[in-house]
Formats: sequence, C-alpha cells, structure tokens
Amino acid sequence: MRKIATLALGFFCTTAAADEIWISNEKDDTVSVIDIETLEVIKTYDTGERPRGITFSKDYSVLYICASDSDAVQVMDPETGKILHDLPSGEDPEQFVLHPNDRHLYIANEDDAITTVVDTQSRQVIAQIDVGIEPEGMAVSPDGKIAITTSETTNMAHWIDTESQELFANTLVDSRPRHAEFVKDGTELWVSSEIGGTITVFDVETQTEKAKISFEVEGVHPDRVQPVGFELSDGDKTAFVALGPSNHVAAVDAETYEVEDYILVGRRVWHMDFNSDKSLLFTTNGVSGDVTVIDVAAREPIKTIKVGRFPWGAAFRPTD
Amino acid sequence: MNRIFRIVLAVLALPMSALAEVAIPVTYLQLQVARPPVLSNLDPIPDDLGVAGAALGLADNLTTAKFLGHAYSLTVETVPEDGDFTAAARKVLAESPFLILDAPAAAQLAVADLPEAQGAVLFNASAPDIALRQDHCRANLLHTLPSDLMRGDALVQFLVRRRWDDLVLVAGDHPGDRAFADALRTSVAKFRLSLQGEKTWVFDADMRRNAAQEVPLFTQEFGDYDVLLVADALDDFGRYIAYNTWQPRPVAGTEGLQPVTWSPVIEQWGAVQMQNRFADHAGRGMLPRDYAAWAGMRALGEAVTRTNSDDPAVLRSYLLSAEFELAGFKGRAMNFRPWNGQLRQPIPLVTDRAVVAMAPIEGFLHERTELDTLGVDQAESLCTAFTE
Repeated sequence: MRKIATLALGFFCTTAAADEIWISNEKDDTVSVIDIETLEVIKTYDTGERPRGITFSKDYSVLYICASDSDAVQVMDPETGKILHDLPSGEDPEQFVLHPNDRHLYIANEDDAITTVVDTQSRQVIAQIDVGIEPEGMAVSPDGKIAITTSETTNMAHWIDTESQELFANTLVDSRPRHAEFVKDGTELWVSSEIGGTITVFDVETQTEKAKISFEVEGVHPDRVQPVGFELSDGDKTAFVALGPSNHVAAVDAETYEVEDYILVGRRVWHMDFNSDKSLLFTTNGVSGDVTVIDVAAREPIKTIKVGRFPWGAAFRPTD
Repeated sequence: MNRIFRIVLAVLALPMSALAEVAIPVTYLQLQVARPPVLSNLDPIPDDLGVAGAALGLADNLTTAKFLGHAYSLTVETVPEDGDFTAAARKVLAESPFLILDAPAAAQLAVADLPEAQGAVLFNASAPDIALRQDHCRANLLHTLPSDLMRGDALVQFLVRRRWDDLVLVAGDHPGDRAFADALRTSVAKFRLSLQGEKTWVFDADMRRNAAQEVPLFTQEFGDYDVLLVADALDDFGRYIAYNTWQPRPVAGTEGLQPVTWSPVIEQWGAVQMQNRFADHAGRGMLPRDYAAWAGMRALGEAVTRTNSDDPAVLRSYLLSAEFELAGFKGRAMNFRPWNGQLRQPIPLVTDRAVVAMAPIEGFLHERTELDTLGVDQAESLCTAFTE
C-alpha cells in the first residue's frame, strides 16, 4: 500500500503540475481542486461556512473565498490550502469581484442590501454602498471605472463609480438578476435574470438596454429555463450561459445574440470557468454535486467529475 | 437586523414625500375574527399574522422605490368583529384605491361591491374559498392566497405520483374544515384516485389525554388504505391523529404532509434570504397568510416599478398581463390568471421539518403552464367578471 503511494508521488513529481480548476462546495464547507490534465479531484480543502463566490488574485498567489455564513472573506494559500487570514466583508458575502488594481474587492452582502468595498492589503473596509435587496451579481469594467451590483429582489443593476464609490445609475432588468459581466472590452454589460429567463445587454456608455437574449430548451418548460452564471470565450464571440434547473448550458453568438446550441450538463447548473486556452469549460452543477467538463469547440460534454455537495463557484488557476 | 424594521417605521411615521411623482399608499384592512376554541394551546396564531408579511413587502418595495423616486406607505386598519367593515373600507377607499384584505370571503365581497371600490385594486390575502375565484369572482379582487382547490390538487398530484391511490378522509365540522374537505374530494375525483371512506370528527373529549384510546378505534373502520387525509383547517384535532391510527399509514392534508402557500422550512430557490429578512423583522417564521400579504404588496410594487404609474387602471391591466412576473421564491415566475385574478404559484408539500415536493409535480402537463394544473383552470371557470 505504502509502496504504491510512493510510486504515485514520484510520478507526479516528475510531471509538470497541470493547471487547476477550483470549485467551492456550498454545503460541504470545502473547495475541491480539479487537475485539468487528468480531470480528477486532487485535493479538497476546508473553508469557512457556506463558501460561494471564489476568485484568485491577479498573480494567483491567493484565493479569496466568500464564506457566506461565517460572514467573512477568507484568504487561502492555494499551495497549502491554509487559510492565511480573513478579510472584513460585511454580513453574508455571497459573490464578489476583484478590481483590476488587484487590491479592492467589491463584495455583495446578500442579507444586508449592501455592497462592501474591501482593501485586501490594508484589510480595511473602504466603502459600503446601499444597493437593492439581495445583491448578488458583481462585475468591474476592464478599465476599473465602473463596478456593478445586481440585486435579486429589487431587479436592478446598480452602477457604481469606483472613484467616488457612489451609485450613478440604477437600471431595471427582469426578475431575479444573478450574474453580471462586462463584455467586448467593457462596451457592453450583460446581466442574467434567473426568473425572467433572459440576459439583458446594456450599452455601457449610455446605460441603456440594447438587446435581450431569451432561451428555449426543447422539452423543458420555459419556467425552468433560468439563466444564472455565464462566461465568454474566444475573443468574446460566444457566451456560455448556465440555465439552472433546465440542466443545460446555452452557447450564444455574442454578436447577433442568437442562441446556437444547448449543451446537456448536470443538475441545476450554476457557474463556470474555462481552462487557460478556453478549450474546456467547467460548470458547477449544484443538485447533482458534480462538475461537467465541456469541449468548447465541439460543444459537447466530455466528462462529469464528482465534487462536494452543492458546488457553486469555479475559478481557474494556472500552475506554471 | 433592525434595518427593515426601521425603514418601515420611518415611512409610516413620515407623511408621504410630496416630491415623489408616483405615490402608492396601501391599506391593510383587517377584520378581526375570533378563533373558536381548539384542543391544544401549542402554536398560537401570531397577532401580526399577515400584517408582518405586508410590512416586509413594503420594505422590499421601498428599496426599489428609492432608486426610482417612487413612494409607498402601509397603513394597517383593524376592524373589530362586531365593527362595520364596509364603512371602514369606504373610509380608506376614499384615500387610496390599493387595499390588502384580511377578512372572510363574505366581508371581502361586500367591500369589492362598494361603489367606492369600482376601479380599485384589492388583494385577497386571507380567504381560500373557491367561490371567490368562481361564480363569486370580482374584477377588482385579485387573489394572492391560493384557493383550497390549488392546495388539494397539489397534494393529490403527489399521491398520484407515489401511487398512493386508496385514500380515506377525516374532516372536522367547522366551515373551513368542510371547505377544505370539499376541495380534497374534488381533487381526488379530478385525478381519479379513490376515496374509500370518510368520517367526521365530532369528539368532544380532551384528545390530549385520550388520543391513544380513541383514534385507533375511530380509524379502525376504514380497513386498509394508503394515506389518511385530514381536513382540520382550524388546527383543532389533526395533531392527535398521526401515530394513533389503526393502520400504520401516513397522514396528509392539514396534518403530516401538508400542501401550503408557504412555510418556514422552504430554503431553496433563494428563499433563505426572504425567510431571514422576515424573521429579523417579525421575530418568528413566515406563515402562509404572511406570504399572501407579502405577495400582494410585492405584486403591486412590481407593477408600479415596470409601469412607472400610480393609476389603478394601468396597474390592474399590467398585473393581469402576460408581461407581469413576480419572483416569489418558489422556483418559478408567478403571474395572475387573467380569467379570475388568481395568482398562479407553485404549492410546496411540506412536513414540519422539510419540503417533501413542489407541485405542480413533474409529469402533470398543461398546454399553457404546468401551474394551471393546480386549481380552477380556464375551461372550468365560472368567472365572467374578468371578461366583461
């Protein structure tokens, strides 16, 4: 037994470590680390309570974790899995986004209708901004000038001026907005609405709606087609949209806003991330407790990887 | 924690902002109804039942309102049981056309028929009576509480799914008990299960001491069956049935597995956040009548947000349109049936400890929306007020 273990260890030492996808498991209080080479879970680390949003610092030296029920953002050393320290986060941090300055975390405090801005270096809260009820989706423009919070019950995207840390616009979207992303060099803002079943596309310059994307999965009632997380591939040409309990990911032409494909994944698909060349997409499937690996070019699922209970967030980490 | 509470108080205390272009004053009009005595003192009915839900709905609306320059207020008017409910309604309708009604069906109808109420937007947040959605429907009365039949259908769909086909029923003799028993009979017939036996609960002994002796004998005559249904809307005797039946069979209805509008055990579909907000400000769990009042307030708020109007005619028309959608933390968008003003909604099937299933149960299909497999469908509708 011991001999085999030693051999295995030797094997891994001689191979360059593969890139990884990190997954937060909301109901297990852990993160799972998937080796992108072998598509297997290679490590599981304990976190605070109810980990949801996860993101790496720009140099991937630390992992930030929204430990929602611990009311903290935890900072983990991805080499060892040790929690280095906690950041103040406001109550119930659900999702966050790291400013391009690699310093300021914009955190949605779901139970408090607040967006908290934390300086990761001084470990101080530098601003708290009143937003709508149940803030969740978070995004920052590539130039760092605008931060977005979407609020689930107020049904709005709140536009924050990162200079003054104040709201400068509030725009309505369909019911239960969940996720926001700046697209096409920050000229467009996309917001998914879970209950509304749409993605609203805003022109960033004018903060006005320029398009709305709808979804229709064959054999699934429209009520169950609930867009949540999404990511864009290859020069923002294609958007991949998790459609929650419809158990499908949609591939959307980001130019025409037409849906091109629906890809079957695990149950209640939630968030996702790509590998380094965006040839593989990893989706978290909350109800089935696994991660689906999608071949992006073929638009087909190629593997299912069991992780912890209620996988929520996904974050890519290169190891070279 | 105290945040919502403070907002509510602040808004109640201040006169409505004169600057707001769109102002929505809502009255929660309540008729106090004495509850007949029940066997157990456990689970008292909270004094703020319903009101607390409306207050949470107000807080939710206000958060959106602050970004849009809209204004809402909530006034609670309580009429004692022997008071003049329609006179009170006349008075509040003179000030605002937006009412959430917490009263028995007859009192709600009297209000809806007032000349002052024509063109008003009234929400029924308390009466499950099927007639209010059928031949007694009124064009100005929308229903955020599901009907007894919606709840009955939800339960029976689950029984069909599990193939628990043979049923027996124990019903109390209170009007609410009889109404729910009627709904269960209709649902059982609709989904073609069989009701093999029925008994009326007429004991006047103190069941806290006697259940173990009485209930086995009482249920022995039923012979074999799959599930014992209980219709005890008053929450009087139902709690003494489970584990005391002659046959070892599950109990469902108002006891055991219950089809409900809402329950504190619901935690999926983003519900945890709403449960927390409610518990923070009410100091207790959220109950069905709280949910119905919340939904009335939020439905109105959603219509105001999307139309930017405080004109009741504009709001009513939007509420009944296909564009309207309310995110009700039950897994799918909810809207109103345009033929009778009933809010379409999923019905959770719960125990005291967990959600067992969510109706409509998978496999019950409908040409329009699966939600219309619950309650009175358009083809069966006797309501004409909405098409006239």
